[in-house]
Amino acid sequence: MIELLSAANAGVLTLLILALAALAYVLARHRALRAVDGDVRRLHSLPSYYGYAAAMLTAVPALLVLAVWLIVQPWLVQMQVAQTIPAADGARAVETLPALLSDAGIALGGTLEPAIVEAAQQHARLRALGHAGRSLVVLVLAIAGLVAALRMTDPTFRARNTVESGVRALLILAASLAILTTVGIVLSMLFESINFFRAHPWQDFFFGDSWSPNFRGDSDLSILPLLWGTLYISFIALAVAVPIGLYAAIYLSEYANNRVRSIAKPLLEILAGIPTIVYGLFALLTVGPFLVSVFGRGEDGLLGVDWMNGATSVLTAGLVMGIMLIPFVSSLSDDIINAVPQSLRDGSYGLGATHSETIRQVVLPAALPGIVGAILLAASRAIGETMIVVLGAGAIARISANPFEAMTTITTRIVSQLTGDTDFASPETLVAFALGLTLFVLTLALNVLALYIVRRYREQYE
Amino acid sequence: MTDVPNPAAPIADPRGASSLLTQDARTTRRNRAEGRFRLYGILAIGVGLLMLLVLLVTIISRGTGAFQQTYLTLPVELLEAKLDKKGNRDIEDIKKVSTFGYSPLMNAALEAKVAQAGIETELEPKAMAALLSKDAAATLRDFVLENPELIGTTVEFEFLVNSRVDGYLKGRVTRESIANDKSINAAQLDLVDALVAEGSLAKRFNPEFITGSDASDQRPEAAGMGVAMIGSLFMMLVVLALALPIGVAASIYLEEFAPKNLFTDIIEVNISNLAAVPSIVFGILGLAVFINYMHLPSSAPLVGGLVLTLMTLPTIIISTRASLKSVPPSIRDAALGVGASKMQSVFHHVLPLAAPGILTGTIIGLAQALGETAPLLLIGMVGFIASNPPDGIASGLMDPNSAMPAQIYEWAKRADPAFYERAWGGIIILLVFLVTMNAIAVLLRRRFERRW
Repeated sequence: MIELLSAANAGVLTLLILALAALAYVLARHRALRAVDGDVRRLHSLPSYYGYAAAMLTAVPALLVLAVWLIVQPWLVQMQVAQTIPAADGARAVETLPALLSDAGIALGGTLEPAIVEAAQQHARLRALGHAGRSLVVLVLAIAGLVAALRMTDPTFRARNTVESGVRALLILAASLAILTTVGIVLSMLFESINFFRAHPWQDFFFGDSWSPNFRGDSDLSILPLLWGTLYISFIALAVAVPIGLYAAIYLSEYANNRVRSIAKPLLEILAGIPTIVYGLFALLTVGPFLVSVFGRGEDGLLGVDWMNGATSVLTAGLVMGIMLIPFVSSLSDDIINAVPQSLRDGSYGLGATHSETIRQVVLPAALPGIVGAILLAASRAIGETMIVVLGAGAIARISANPFEAMTTITTRIVSQLTGDTDFASPETLVAFALGLTLFVLTLALNVLALYIVRRYREQYE
Repeated sequence: MTDVPNPAAPIADPRGASSLLTQDARTTRRNRAEGRFRLYGILAIGVGLLMLLVLLVTIISRGTGAFQQTYLTLPVELLEAKLDKKGNRDIEDIKKVSTFGYSPLMNAALEAKVAQAGIETELEPKAMAALLSKDAAATLRDFVLENPELIGTTVEFEFLVNSRVDGYLKGRVTRESIANDKSINAAQLDLVDALVAEGSLAKRFNPEFITGSDASDQRPEAAGMGVAMIGSLFMMLVVLALALPIGVAASIYLEEFAPKNLFTDIIEVNISNLAAVPSIVFGILGLAVFINYMHLPSSAPLVGGLVLTLMTLPTIIISTRASLKSVPPSIRDAALGVGASKMQSVFHHVLPLAAPGILTGTIIGLAQALGETAPLLLIGMVGFIASNPPDGIASGLMDPNSAMPAQIYEWAKRADPAFYERAWGGIIILLVFLVTMNAIAVLLRRRFERRW
């Protein structure tokens, strides 16, 4: 019996609970109808509400307990096991336990300390116990809910009100998931970042000048070269996207007739819908080799210069990212330029200004805060972009002003530190979380700033 | 001007003689500036559209090759002595013969073909066999296992050829480019030319690229997208099953029920910020929470789906709220007026009327999720060969698999022109899915959108 209970995984349990809930619906609806001999008018609510109320009482508490259990159990088990391990290597050893666990059944190599093996076995025991307890509690709860709901079902039971407050609670829960996600993002990165800063000095991370991870330990892990690469590439991307996007937005909103607008605008926006992996491949295989043929290869090249050695470079990634950002800048700016009141333009024309003078001296200054906001949003996009730089920017961390050199970015390093065989106890892996947290804070700050500027601007004309 | 001008003396125009019919220098300059400004706008749009065109032309010109593959048609004698030594056609006995048992048959067939066609070549049999794909023997074995009754007969079989030969027929590999290539030499290309002239070596449409599985980095000619597509499909199912109900529920609360208070404000700020968080951060979240903490299997489409759900939720919530907002208040008032509760007015009247808009937003959100790569790298959906199609819903969700964009990245990383061609071809398949989804969204909007 216990084995059966501990074998039931979360998916099976959920299905069981849902089946019980369906049963509760049928039984309660039937019971309510029978209590009034089929005369619906004597019921407080429509018959189906009695069914829904019973189904909710059966399923919701059980599913909630299941969810909480899923989240809390691993943590409790780890805490328990951590106490049995000698304090010296306690925290680190527990981190690696899950990996050891799979080996616990078979013969272990001599490298493991007995305390850790014992801890691993205890871990497995506690987990099995936890699973059995979980199945038992959840199923008992569901059946208890079913019985209670059936007993409550009589003609005076305010079933609709019960169902509606239950649904309301579920709606609030769904809406709170956004908060939960943010909290999850921050906590998951914060804890691992703290672990990282325990193993690696924070001065080196923030103020060091080189990045050379070395999996034997003793690595230089400084964010500055990565930050430089990120900002340099983003700068080139914005230098491409802002003029093109802005002029395109101005032309579309001020000059173009409806036909041109209805064709050109969706076409430009296709650029924003193309997955970034496509841009990454485009950078690596098309733009990179093209740039090499122009700026590289010495005498054989188009310019006869030898500035560029490989296809991956700051310029490659920046140019392609710029193309990706064009529609981002253009459609945001387009909306903002359209929001400038027509009366401002009419006033300017009345004074004898030409169309372009009106745009440059009246419309753009009025739209400037919004456009700055749009550019900041685009910058935050550029900083967080991953696939283009992973494929197009290269992997060498350096601080240099030469756009033809390969450089690396924060996102690239996160990918390379967290893919492949990773050991979550080493600073070389944990640094990815500190990088992720920095990236999150950076893009969040840019977004908040951009939204603040846009919102303040909007108030002017309302 | 304070002085009354003297009518006798004409006013001296500070800009010189002026007439409405001739432009003075300043007006000319201003008009020219106007023209230039306009030109910049046209140029900007032109550059944007040109980039789109270049991108699409590149994808199509480089990717269509992946949908064609070169096959060598040979009559191969399925010797009973080799394949079924006991002669009782017992499928278990036939299965015991590994691909090494099939290679000699294949190579003999090739030699026979060369001899029969009268092609002069100084190549060793081994060098001739190198033209065939490393996967060819396995394909032949699978074919025999499916049709054991053909053992002892001679069948016409289409063998996959090596990716270099394939590249030669597609123009990717040339006689100049193979100078430093150890896998193929000029003599082999002579044989290829002869076989092409003879008609047994030819390109044809390659359905395996769409339905097949990935192959190891030695045999790009056998790699396909099929298994990755199934992985993507399962991820999208997870996203649809979670993001749609949760997103709609959250939007209904925020749009219809939420009081104006601090809690609601916090939720709103969170949603707009989550929409702008870089996708890789969601990957870190998935790695830390779903894999390291909850011990869900890494590389599983279930985990990928969960991560993409969190990423897609803000998109779905924003579009759902817009379509709920567009349902006029009169509908709600009418429902309340005939005695519906607030909840009934929303679920029976507002939600069905907003459904087309919600559906459109969901499809667009799914399309975004389908093309997303970065979070999948962190939860381990790359770096292995997605070779076995899952055999059920549970294994489809929990077994390691790849996804379309992750597979494309994997091929791009293998640094072999033959795999690059696959990557571009994979992009065509991915874009076909995205275009279809967006077209459905546009059609839904056109067909069902109501202007109140």
